[in-house]
Amino acid sequence: MSAHSINAASPRAKWIAGALVIAYALITMVPLAWIVLTGFKSPADAISYPPKVIFEPTLEGYVNLFTTRTRQTQEFLSANPPENWADEIVRQYDMVIVGPSKFGERFLNSVIIGFGSTFLSVFLGTLAAYAFSRFKIPLADDLLFFILSTRMMPPIAVAIPIFLMYRNLGLSDTHLGMILLYTAVNISLAVWLLKGFIDEIPREYEEAALIDGFTRFQAFYKVVLPQAATGIASTAIFCLIFAWNEYAFAVLLTTASAQTAPPFIPTIIGVGGLDWPAIAAGVTIFLLPVMIFTILLRKHLLRGITFGAVRK
Amino acid sequence: MSSTPIDAAARATPKRIARKIRGLSDRAIAWIFVAPTIFLLLAINIFPLIWTIQLSFTNYKANRIGREVKNIGLRNYERILTDSDIWLNMQATAHFLFWTITLQVIIGFFLAWLIHRNFKGNAFWTTVIVLPMMLSPAVVGNFWKFLYQPQIGLFNYIVGFFTGKDPSSFEMLGSVQLAPWSIVIVDTWMWTPFVMLICLAGLRSIPDYIYEAAEIDRASKFRQFWTITVPMVLPFLMLAVLFRGIENFKMFDLVVQLTGGGPGSTTELTSINLKREAFEKWRTGYASAYAIILFVTVFGLASIYVKALNKVKER
Repeated sequence: MSAHSINAASPRAKWIAGALVIAYALITMVPLAWIVLTGFKSPADAISYPPKVIFEPTLEGYVNLFTTRTRQTQEFLSANPPENWADEIVRQYDMVIVGPSKFGERFLNSVIIGFGSTFLSVFLGTLAAYAFSRFKIPLADDLLFFILSTRMMPPIAVAIPIFLMYRNLGLSDTHLGMILLYTAVNISLAVWLLKGFIDEIPREYEEAALIDGFTRFQAFYKVVLPQAATGIASTAIFCLIFAWNEYAFAVLLTTASAQTAPPFIPTIIGVGGLDWPAIAAGVTIFLLPVMIFTILLRKHLLRGITFGAVRK
Repeated sequence: MSSTPIDAAARATPKRIARKIRGLSDRAIAWIFVAPTIFLLLAINIFPLIWTIQLSFTNYKANRIGREVKNIGLRNYERILTDSDIWLNMQATAHFLFWTITLQVIIGFFLAWLIHRNFKGNAFWTTVIVLPMMLSPAVVGNFWKFLYQPQIGLFNYIVGFFTGKDPSSFEMLGSVQLAPWSIVIVDTWMWTPFVMLICLAGLRSIPDYIYEAAEIDRASKFRQFWTITVPMVLPFLMLAVLFRGIENFKMFDLVVQLTGGGPGSTTELTSINLKREAFEKWRTGYASAYAIILFVTVFGLASIYVKALNKVKER
């Protein structure tokens, strides 16, 4: 490294660049910040004109998101005092909480299907990637390209026969069906990414282990797997984010028992139209895990989004 | 001895089988490792694809199970390729593709170029900028719908604030002129960081000594930019365009949530149109032919593009 590089930007250029980038970042955050704020507004504040930046925060949106409510007569309301803080919020509209909403179930479906398909795609993907990385497989390049090309199909195009197939096999609207489907979609990403990570582990490590009397399997899980742990973890997060975010298959192939959160959130209806604070609350809860994962992933982000084509 | 579950499983394996596994050749292991992946893809990708091809020659309707299925040859393909409405959907898709990619390339490259100055805190701000692209497109479409509301939406309010227009005087999602742009804006908001990240990798791959040599030759900064920076980043940029192109050609979730294809069919991209044919009108055979045409188009365009990309890389 030279002490003085002619390419280093001057302090003024840096300052201007920084100011512009920060301005862009702040503008780009406005929609997200707005939706988080809306989750804490009352329905009236959410649709007021001009839009309110300062308002009295309330958990109404969150209460509405997680509960179902009915209107009650004055006599009933005065005879039964509110049981808890959530009930109290609902009482101002002469309503009482009668039970949980479907959001919890849908969210849980997202978790089950997301983790299930992630586990399966990373498990199968690691095995396949190891084989592609270490063994001579006839037509390896063609197979790898075939694996990638499955990702180019528009989801709706594959959805027609999968819909028919699942109907015949009884897999429509089941967790298993969705897990298998998302695994099939994610496996191309898993194989390509993991092959890149495993390629980077020097072969000498395994060869030394093999000479020491390890079998291939032992060399694989005692030497390669620990070395590939970071790669496996970041691949898993990518698969999880994809399954978490997926909408097209979910909306076409699930209706109730295996429906995930993305098709459900937009359908939350309040009194007299869409309940925007409740929707905003649902969006916030749904997006939060992805934001946290993105921050954890930031070093491997580029690699993940380009299927391993760009590594730095 | 360690006690991972795998070790436990290994110990529990009967001697006879264990010996067999240990004796497996590398080739056998390779196939055991690859086979499940290939099998899954055959079952859930290739088999459906073949089935789609077969259905595309029939008049099958998935909502009428008992009805006789007739083979009608290429009639579905004929009907699609001569249907003027489908050309309108193609035009809407082309408009969407062209403008999203153009805007994302310009803004994304410029941002990367700025971030490459390495100002203090650039890593933090890069992470902030990247957030939108990791979110669920359907959910993004859903909450942008809220921002676009004519009377109460924040977007209209901000536009009105800066232009002096009445925020309830225009409808981003309801007007035929503005709706195609409303989806371009959201897609650009969401995916510019993607292009930016890839461009940034390109910029960082250019070694310093090239600029130093140019400096010695007294090339102006402007010339250095056009003769060094741009050509060296081009392969990266083209890769970004390839990914965005394929993704946006398939675009469904974001736009369905935002406009549902409306008003009329101004934002009805081909995927949305296909969904209507297949799952609302239940013209399964016809929709299958449509799906095949779309798949061949993406695949064909992508292959040509990859050839061009490889040529640029070789240079």
